Amino acid sequence: MMDIDTVFLAVGLLIVVTIFLALYRATVGPEVFNRVAAINVIGTKTIVLLVLIGYIFERPLFFDISLLYALLNFIGTLAFAKYLERGEVWSS
Amino acid sequence: MVELIVVIVTILLAAGVFFMLSGAIGLLRLPDFYTRLHATGKCDTLGEVLILFGLLLYHIFVYSPGAELSVQLVPVKLLFLICFIFLANPTATHAIMKAAYNTGVKPWKKGDPRM
Amino acid sequence: MSDNSGKVFGIAVTFCAMFLFWLLLSGMLDALHVGAGLICSLIVALISHDLLVTGKGEKRLVKAFRFFIYLGWELWQIILANFDVTYRVLHPKMPIDPVIIEFETPLRSDFALVTLANSITLTPGTITINVDPTKGKFQVHAIAQAPADALTVDKTMQSKVAKVFMEEG
Repeated sequence: MMDIDTVFLAVGLLIVVTIFLALYRATVGPEVFNRVAAINVIGTKTIVLLVLIGYIFERPLFFDISLLYALLNFIGTLAFAKYLERGEVWSS
Repeated sequence: MVELIVVIVTILLAAGVFFMLSGAIGLLRLPDFYTRLHATGKCDTLGEVLILFGLLLYHIFVYSPGAELSVQLVPVKLLFLICFIFLANPTATHAIMKAAYNTGVKPWKKGDPRM
Repeated sequence: MSDNSGKVFGIAVTFCAMFLFWLLLSGMLDALHVGAGLICSLIVALISHDLLVTGKGEKRLVKAFRFFIYLGWELWQIILANFDVTYRVLHPKMPIDPVIIEFETPLRSDFALVTLANSITLTPGTITINVDPTKGKFQVHAIAQAPADALTVDKTMQSKVAKVFMEEG
């Protein structure tokens, strides 16, 4: 019987690999929009990674952190997109 | 029963990671910004939802029986996360794409060089 | 008078929803946590009740029921979309030929437009770029000609969403 902790660890490591692939796109670019898209992708992957870490270390606290991180990542991406489109965040 | 759930959870996690990996490869391979968002917007959404759903099943059937109330309520948080990802991921994709389109980033056509 | 009672109803519904949310997320039932939750959800309900309960719209139950049936079809489309993208990405020659298309729909309400836009993004080969809510006009980036034809010629998805929200023009 396979140990479920090993599965969690393998999945977590593979997610880290995908984060590094996205990090290549974020550093090389080209242009700012590729970078914003890659950063958004890294943020959403981090949500899943935090939940997995919560199970690997058996700390239920990590689920609250991942909920917060989901909200912050979404709002950050929206603010960035708006700023790049208009040149300012607030427009009355 | 528990063994069956563990096998199902493993399959769900493997499928989720496969889709996330293909999304990341698409982010590297595809030729321009708009087509890259095709890969990330779809593959990441389903991959993350599959992983979270597998963890939800694992929590309900294997992890939580006999635990205290605040641990037993964790599936609700995971369910909120799943709904939120389904709503927020496509919306963030629209937002970046609309910003790029309105500032005049040209879409790639067949035969153009890679951008 | 009716306006005022509608406002009180909105605040009450928002308060109950927020307090239920608090209880589900905290999971602690002692006096301190429940009291803090009551105060916080009252403040949130007073400030932002008009965001959750808009006060208009009829036949909500029928729409919600049809929406859940639509969600089942949508999930199947999402799985198809993922296999489609995976095939296009992993294929050595990458069979892509991007086009940008525009089309108009009879939809007007916010929720219907959001549902259609998110559905277009999640289904095979298409992403919404821009939505004009006054004319119901969509600009869509398609990764090849075949998915674009599914939107402009077949119109399966538009007619399904229009049926769910009863806004067939």
